Amino acid sequence: MSSARDRVLGRVRAALADVPAGEDRRWPREGPEERPYADSHGEGPSLDVLVDRLVDYKATVHRVDAERLPAEVAACLERAGATRVVVPEGAPRAWFEGCPATLLTDSPERPRTLADLNGADAVVTGCAVAIAETGTIVLDAGPDQGRRAITLVPDHHVCVVRADQVVDGVPQAVRLLDPARPLTWISGPSATSDIELNRVEGVHGPRLLEVLVVG
Amino acid sequence: MSGTFLGIPPFPDAARSAVEDSQLRHNLRKATRTIRGKRTEAVDELGADWMRLRARGKEVKDHTLRHLDHYLEELERSVQRAGGTVHWAADAEEANTIVTRLVQETGESDVVKVKSMATQEIELNQALERAGITAYETDLAELIVQLGEDLPSHILVPAIHLGRSQIREIFLEQMAEWGTPAPADLTDDPRALAEAARVHLRERFLRTRTAVSGANFAVADSGTLVVLESEGNGRMCLTLPRTLISVVGIEKIVPTWSDLEVFMQLLPRSSTGERMNPYTSTWTGVAPGDGPQEFHLVLLDNGRTDVLADTVGRQALRCIRCSACLNTCPVYERTGGHAYGSVYPGPIGAILTPQLRGMSSAADEALPYASSLCGACYEVCPVAIDIPEVLVHLREEVAEGSGHLGEKALMAGAGAVFGSPTALEAAQRAAGLAGGAVPRHLPGLAGQWTDTRDLPGLPKESFRRWWKRDGRSEG
Ligand code: SF4
Repeated sequence: MSSARDRVLGRVRAALADVPAGEDRRWPREGPEERPYADSHGEGPSLDVLVDRLVDYKATVHRVDAERLPAEVAACLERAGATRVVVPEGAPRAWFEGCPATLLTDSPERPRTLADLNGADAVVTGCAVAIAETGTIVLDAGPDQGRRAITLVPDHHVCVVRADQVVDGVPQAVRLLDPARPLTWISGPSATSDIELNRVEGVHGPRLLEVLVVG
Repeated sequence: MSGTFLGIPPFPDAARSAVEDSQLRHNLRKATRTIRGKRTEAVDELGADWMRLRARGKEVKDHTLRHLDHYLEELERSVQRAGGTVHWAADAEEANTIVTRLVQETGESDVVKVKSMATQEIELNQALERAGITAYETDLAELIVQLGEDLPSHILVPAIHLGRSQIREIFLEQMAEWGTPAPADLTDDPRALAEAARVHLRERFLRTRTAVSGANFAVADSGTLVVLESEGNGRMCLTLPRTLISVVGIEKIVPTWSDLEVFMQLLPRSSTGERMNPYTSTWTGVAPGDGPQEFHLVLLDNGRTDVLADTVGRQALRCIRCSACLNTCPVYERTGGHAYGSVYPGPIGAILTPQLRGMSSAADEALPYASSLCGACYEVCPVAIDIPEVLVHLREEVAEGSGHLGEKALMAGAGAVFGSPTALEAAQRAAGLAGGAVPRHLPGLAGQWTDTRDLPGLPKESFRRWWKRDGRSEG
């Protein structure tokens, strides 16, 4: 036990002398269904809202049938001229049927170097959850999403979102997510408004975010 | 190296020179108006639920603060369980010593930094520099401020006081000294400037092995740290290095993971006026094979327990640094952030800085007067901090205490800028502003002083009506 710890905690306790000993410390005091705010805001069918919000934040969105997915993945990569493509080891092989690009598989056990990632043209992943109202895709480093670095360094991120992964509001997503996993919430491509409040898409993260909504 | 706020003159003096700077006034007006408009739209989209989320945000923070010792200990256990190391710092010096030692233990002399108010507050960069360690700011605005040897002037947009051509000049002159130079044909197009920053920092991100960050939230039950950002520089710093050191104020705690569902709705909408910011990273200790393999959390007091001890002023610790109160404040819009002489400018700075620093100087004692008490800051605050209430409370303390400033000196200083319609009109004309767009009178510091003493003050109601028309209040 360090002395700074004791001093800080001692000061906190002294500062809270007005709080009655034994004050109810249970938190939260109600179940998830009784929270005093909405789970979502009823803005329409989830997939339509998701697509609308993604487009609003300058992501490129394609709605595809499951059978068309491999062709669409190949088409996205081809349009961008992507020939070296990072793929998490756990991504379904079926996504890449007929894809002419060179696939660079990555996993925590067999990670690519940063130079490899920096030299790649694109990355293709799945996601954990998508939030329709805010146009947000959440990655949780699951097998089809991989290490955080692979969706960060390449300049083009193609993300596959299944219809059954889409929820309407933020609270629903938070309930589905496991905080023990490293999470990345993505809402559109990297952006800045630091210069005279003009929004510029594309600073350090991928400048092109392409979302394939399946179903 | 970036500057320091020490030696900045007390608010009335600093404010006087700022209102005379027409470029600054132009930038501030444009910027704060733009954000205000976007924010109103983003908030209105949630309808009546906004006020419910706001009440909940307040409740979560109040509950946490009332049991802060308990939640600090819980956070410590959770972070340790997940493979992180927890350090405690009672003041800036202790925090700087800890971080310097941790960086030295990595054997590195360079660190990359994510924008963090706490590390600015403790002047970590300067402390690291004294130990021969260079801290590279990576947020675009922070980079501009660091390269320009300037000071941040806004919580969210620290370079809000600079225009694009000034930024271009800074990049052309300074980037080469810090790393990858700016292209010789750099234009002042924001796209070109952002691209120059991308190129300038890319190699540094790939190479640097130690990062320093703050955090927007620290979740006690899960041990999770949360950083919201836009550019991806945060993700770079939080993901690529081997060692991550996060300096976090003890007031940043929320009790449970599910509390984030409230703040992840309140903060982006109130801050940048977006439904969600482009990137949010959350991490819990160390994830094997993914991201930094060494994680240190430095819990910082540095005056926060003094704020906590004041039952009226305590509410300032609810602040989630969204900056809505700055963007809505008529005084801030005219003076800019530097006049507040602190990393925390605007209405929140006016109540937080003097409490954190213990009103130890004339500058701190003047801060509670840097307001017209119009109440707009309270209305927009996503955690319902009653800033006017705290301002009045602090004014009482200044008036009662054996202060550094007498009332008369204060009134004279403040009145010279805000109390005199002529001085203000002159400043407005200098900035080429249309008379109809701004109130003829700002209820100035001196005006408010008289208001609270039941003497005839400036017409508060008409001012408020104007303010509502201008779209500042949710009202
Ligand atoms: S005081 Fe309220 S409005 Fe101001 S920055 Fe803090 S949270 Fe935002």
